[in-house]
Amino acid sequence: MDLLEYQGKELFARHGLRVSSGKAVTTVDGAVEAAGEVGYPVVVKAQVLIGGRGKAGGVKLAADESEVRTHAQNILGMDIHGHTVRTLWIEHASDIATEYYASVLLDRSAKKPLVMFSVEGGVDIEQVAEESPEKLIRHHVDPLEGLSHEEAAGIATEGGADADVVEGVADALVALYEVWLQEDATLAEINPLIVTPEREVKALDAKVSLDGNALYRHPENQSLADSENEDPLERRAKEEGVQYVKLDGDIGILGNGAGLVMSTLDVVAQAGGSPANFLDAGGGSDAEKIKQAVELILANDAVKAVLFNIFGGITRGDEVARGLIAAFDDIGAGGKSIPFVVRLDGTNDVEGRRLLQEAALPNVHAAETMNEAAEMVVALAAGDSVGAQA
Amino acid sequence: MSILVDERTRLAVAGITGREGSFHTLNNRRYGTNVVGGVTPGKGGQDVEGIPVFDSWAQAMTDAQPNTAMIFVPPRFAADSILEAAAAGVELVIAITEGIPAHDELRVYNTLKRDHPGTRLIGPNCPGILSPGKANVGIIPASFFKEGNVGVVSRSGTLTYQIGNEIARAGFGCSTIVGIGGDPVPGSSFVDVLELFAADEQTELIVLSGEIGGSAEEEAAEYIAEHVSKPVVAYIAGFTAPAGKQMGHAGAIVSGSAGTAAAKARALEERGVRVGRTPTEAAEIAVEVLGGASVSAP
Repeated sequence: MDLLEYQGKELFARHGLRVSSGKAVTTVDGAVEAAGEVGYPVVVKAQVLIGGRGKAGGVKLAADESEVRTHAQNILGMDIHGHTVRTLWIEHASDIATEYYASVLLDRSAKKPLVMFSVEGGVDIEQVAEESPEKLIRHHVDPLEGLSHEEAAGIATEGGADADVVEGVADALVALYEVWLQEDATLAEINPLIVTPEREVKALDAKVSLDGNALYRHPENQSLADSENEDPLERRAKEEGVQYVKLDGDIGILGNGAGLVMSTLDVVAQAGGSPANFLDAGGGSDAEKIKQAVELILANDAVKAVLFNIFGGITRGDEVARGLIAAFDDIGAGGKSIPFVVRLDGTNDVEGRRLLQEAALPNVHAAETMNEAAEMVVALAAGDSVGAQA
Repeated sequence: MSILVDERTRLAVAGITGREGSFHTLNNRRYGTNVVGGVTPGKGGQDVEGIPVFDSWAQAMTDAQPNTAMIFVPPRFAADSILEAAAAGVELVIAITEGIPAHDELRVYNTLKRDHPGTRLIGPNCPGILSPGKANVGIIPASFFKEGNVGVVSRSGTLTYQIGNEIARAGFGCSTIVGIGGDPVPGSSFVDVLELFAADEQTELIVLSGEIGGSAEEEAAEYIAEHVSKPVVAYIAGFTAPAGKQMGHAGAIVSGSAGTAAAKARALEERGVRVGRTPTEAAEIAVEVLGGASVSAP
């Protein structure tokens, strides 16, 4: 779960990291009011979960009320790489002497927390890692011991932080590690971590990702999900407990098991089609859950054809068939005249195929294999007819 | 032979008294797995169809001497159950539970390494391990597999069934099928299981089924090039997955430019591992290699 800058900064402040005072607003008048409170000059910052907002014109300095008004008007509603700006963060502008970079993340390869620090802040850190890797300090922490202040000071020194701010940087690194640890984050990043002319070390930006599986430990963080900018179908799926990701194509996909569904998307793409979604109905889905999933897939108006790819383990083929039949009965899934291709294999596959055949649902086609199913659904989405009614 | 689970397996199950825990435990016993006990705090002294239930892993160890643990408890209790089983001296812990926080997994992995190096963890968020004809620990539907010479290791359950079933239909069987799970910090990675298959006499070919996220496939590619002389066939899922989106599994996510399917397939192919474009093609390559081997055999 990715957090917006201002939400990340709230977590930072909770753990003693220095941030500038600011306020999140959603209207132009709110922006003006907030600017008055935090004091001019201010920075008007678009809150979106995507990089490159500065270059896109989503971050502007304002010296007075009229500038705040102009910038807030321009930025609110702006589209930044497909993300609509609905919230602004109005922050008192900081004087910057130096820009550093700091992050803590879960290194899946080493299976340890990784602290990274660089004096090359304020730029794309992947580029620094690529072009001058010696300028990016990578330090693994023993997760059973945690990050000590001494260790953090060593990282700051090794990375070339100015001698007079080594202590300040170390404090920031330890606090950032605490954010990562205490909030169950998978990533906590500051870019830039600035040093002011007064030699104060401050987080000017915040990028935090929280582990959705750990939210039960953090009820106060549950509301941080960016539901406004979330795709409405993805939000509905989450509420229904279905693993659904919306994609750009026109072929609805339902399968069981994350790996098989990912693979189904690939095979459909290889057959020349474009998947409209990822949907993992999960292990042991009953007819009701399958029906719900069909509703979700068809709620996307772009869908022209649907592929069911089921290899039953715990999931039973007969339950999947009953779910599809119920979807046709109750919600008129067939009424939209959208063709379905069904590939059923595994547990109770014969029974499932028999049920579908008996139900004789309009425009539901049976496929023997995954590859055949993909080819059929691609043809159907393109408006071609195929043989073999289920 | 085969790896990890077989006739010598003595299984105890944490969460045996739950609905899913009891269902799959009894399923495993029906397959022939020797189930010696279960662990549910507060329910010691009860039994599940004759399988004794203990209050703790220490008690289970004293009374029933399990060498294998299966974890079926809810996410918030799973980490402690794994560590408790390890502390009691269980050598192999198979965690089926899905949804364990990543930080818990990190703590478990590093604690096992430091305090219980004799315990191997498979999973979490995995379908378990099946050695056809010998033992089944977990939720893998055993009926699709028969005994044979193909070792399968996978991050995905259903994809394993898909590929394994196609190999079975072509007349080949499996030595062991290992699901290592789809989470960011698995207890065992591809390399750990490849090492076991490489040393296993029964296994003549290894199928590796990977997916987007992390770098376990790239590490496997390097390991295979240096240490595995048996043929390895791979499949990678997630070529069409958009960056930054978690595809079902907690660990299946492309972060920036890292963890893409294309990079993984390339890493494997550059080191001589054949990669199928579809699960079917991966199975076909495996069958082709196996067929070739038997033709050229004396």
